[in-house]
Amino acid sequence: MANTLFEKIWQSHVIENLDDGAGLIYIDRVFLHERTGSIALKSLEADNRKVVSPEQVFCTMDHIVDTFPGRTDKTTMPSGEDFIIATREASHNAGINLFDVNDPLQGIVHVISPELGIVQPGATLVCPDSHTCSQGALGALAWGIGSSEAEHALATKTLRVTKPKNMKVEFYGKLSFGVTAKDMILHLIGEYSAAGGAGYMVEFCGEAVENLEIEARLTLCNMAVEFSAFSGIIAPDQKAIEYLAGRKYAPKGENWNKAVKYWQSLFTDTDAVFDKVIRIDCQKIYPTITWGNSPQHTCAINSVVPTPDDNCDENQLKTLNKAMQYMDVSVGTKLTELSIDGAFIGSCTNSRISDLRLAAQLLKGKKVASGVKAICVPGSTSVKKQAEEEGLDKIFIAAGFEWRESGCSMCFNAGGESFGFQHRVVTTTNRNFESRQGPQTRSHLASPVTVAASAIAGRIADPREYI
Amino acid sequence: MDKFIQHQGVAAPMLQSNIDTDAIIPSREMKRVSKDGLGEGLFAGWRYTLPGGRELTTDFILNKAEYANTTILLAGDNFGCGSSREHAVWALKEYGVKVVIASGFGTIFYNNCIRNGILPVQLSYETIVGLAEQVQAQPQENQLAVNLQETWIEAPSGERFTFDIEPERKTMLIEGLDVIDVTLKLTDKIKHFQQNYQLTYPWLN
Repeated sequence: MANTLFEKIWQSHVIENLDDGAGLIYIDRVFLHERTGSIALKSLEADNRKVVSPEQVFCTMDHIVDTFPGRTDKTTMPSGEDFIIATREASHNAGINLFDVNDPLQGIVHVISPELGIVQPGATLVCPDSHTCSQGALGALAWGIGSSEAEHALATKTLRVTKPKNMKVEFYGKLSFGVTAKDMILHLIGEYSAAGGAGYMVEFCGEAVENLEIEARLTLCNMAVEFSAFSGIIAPDQKAIEYLAGRKYAPKGENWNKAVKYWQSLFTDTDAVFDKVIRIDCQKIYPTITWGNSPQHTCAINSVVPTPDDNCDENQLKTLNKAMQYMDVSVGTKLTELSIDGAFIGSCTNSRISDLRLAAQLLKGKKVASGVKAICVPGSTSVKKQAEEEGLDKIFIAAGFEWRESGCSMCFNAGGESFGFQHRVVTTTNRNFESRQGPQTRSHLASPVTVAASAIAGRIADPREYI
Repeated sequence: MDKFIQHQGVAAPMLQSNIDTDAIIPSREMKRVSKDGLGEGLFAGWRYTLPGGRELTTDFILNKAEYANTTILLAGDNFGCGSSREHAVWALKEYGVKVVIASGFGTIFYNNCIRNGILPVQLSYETIVGLAEQVQAQPQENQLAVNLQETWIEAPSGERFTFDIEPERKTMLIEGLDVIDVTLKLTDKIKHFQQNYQLTYPWLN
């Protein structure tokens, strides 16, 4: 029978069919971080439950950990240190793998998991973090869960999962100059709404996806959750296999050969049927930016805040008006006329070496406009080291960017750092929710090149004029 | 876990779409390594005049006298989207919310509700708008009744709307089961599966 990629992985992990399509699913890898993992581990301890396969559980310090140079356990977030210490203690007690604050392998979970070869094609991986969908870029079934579900996965090596339906999102044709994976996913969400993927497992495919390097595929899959999808996935190809070869936790020796043989069978059969298919013409994707408080509030960089659809009802109009008021824009506001106070390059969406290289290309020999607080936070300590070996840090610093230690940093505000009250920020992160980057901050989501161009211009800028 | 069988209470309409878990509880309100002490942080950005402050705003629905003791939320599409933080559900629970009725939910949020004894109910947007209109007239008097056993919501008018929930989730809520205990009963089956699995995919061990 013809199957989708997702169906193949699901079937290889079903221990028992529960009811109505739900399944008891075998979990290969669990990843934790100090924000939510700490609570899951502590709660398990309190209930006298054991982590059944601690060698297949990994934990990192990314969410609360400080990103200022010379960091310790102290954090700018009040009480953040408690989370770090609790996570360290609980990780040691449980015997799981921990990438601690100053470990050279430390980094944002969805950056280091691929980097270390922990996520692999055909495997199931869960983490109490919504952006776990990123890791589907390597052909894994990877999805975000809550803390209680993490406890379940740790204590039983399984999860009870309602089986999502199958959706194919095909990006056909080639991307235009200045358009990146970030623009692809923002475009999709803008066209089909932030709830467009609800109930679906989304397989991304098509010529443009095949042409993306693995790091860009991680960016594409990262925001599947902003599309409300169960997760995203991309069939593992030769690029994925080459990417994983030699990585610390990737299979070795004879196991490598067996694994590769299996990975090569992981694709959607030609006759497989999807419950829903979306086809996107890549020629219609422009550098994209958000104007409001939902990732679906997007527009092309050189356009204006759009007029609401005629079929919007009173509540929907209220939502749109509230977003415009919050962001201090109105229908017809030209995005490139908005001056900015902050620029952020980082997060599990866009903080990998390829992202930093792209931004550095634009920033080389240029200066961040005065009055703009610009910050670059590499996604992992390894990315930071690599960037420094290539001299990218010097380009960022010379341009006027802060150069930080790796972590989630100002992708969200945990009560510590903020971009400032009502300050406008262009950011490579994934959420433009109210107060996400500090109380009342106004966040515009965009690609690393758009952020770099905007930082130089001191206003939202079209990257094509700067590349 | 507390059992959920039926409930009647004051319902507050918050009908905008995409109310995210950052709005339900901002990250800055998640101060302790604990599932407790989060109720105060519920909707903090809308409920209080200043970040970190506790002075109530006047325009936020749950601060209004007519919505005192709200236990049911009526929401639009994609409620609980965004971050996986279970704190959003712990905060709702501590505040006293028992049921969230929305035209759509963030998947992780939906599962987190079930795990914590809060009933998420999906109804059509039109139905929810209709319920909101009835409730708004006199929120304290025009309460909603919810019966999970028979899977219906009763409007103040007496009209009933049935909803879908997977049988297993229904059982978990009604019996207040600890899901981990339920799964641990299948340990032999899991071990048997694992043995075969490890032979087929040795590189994942």
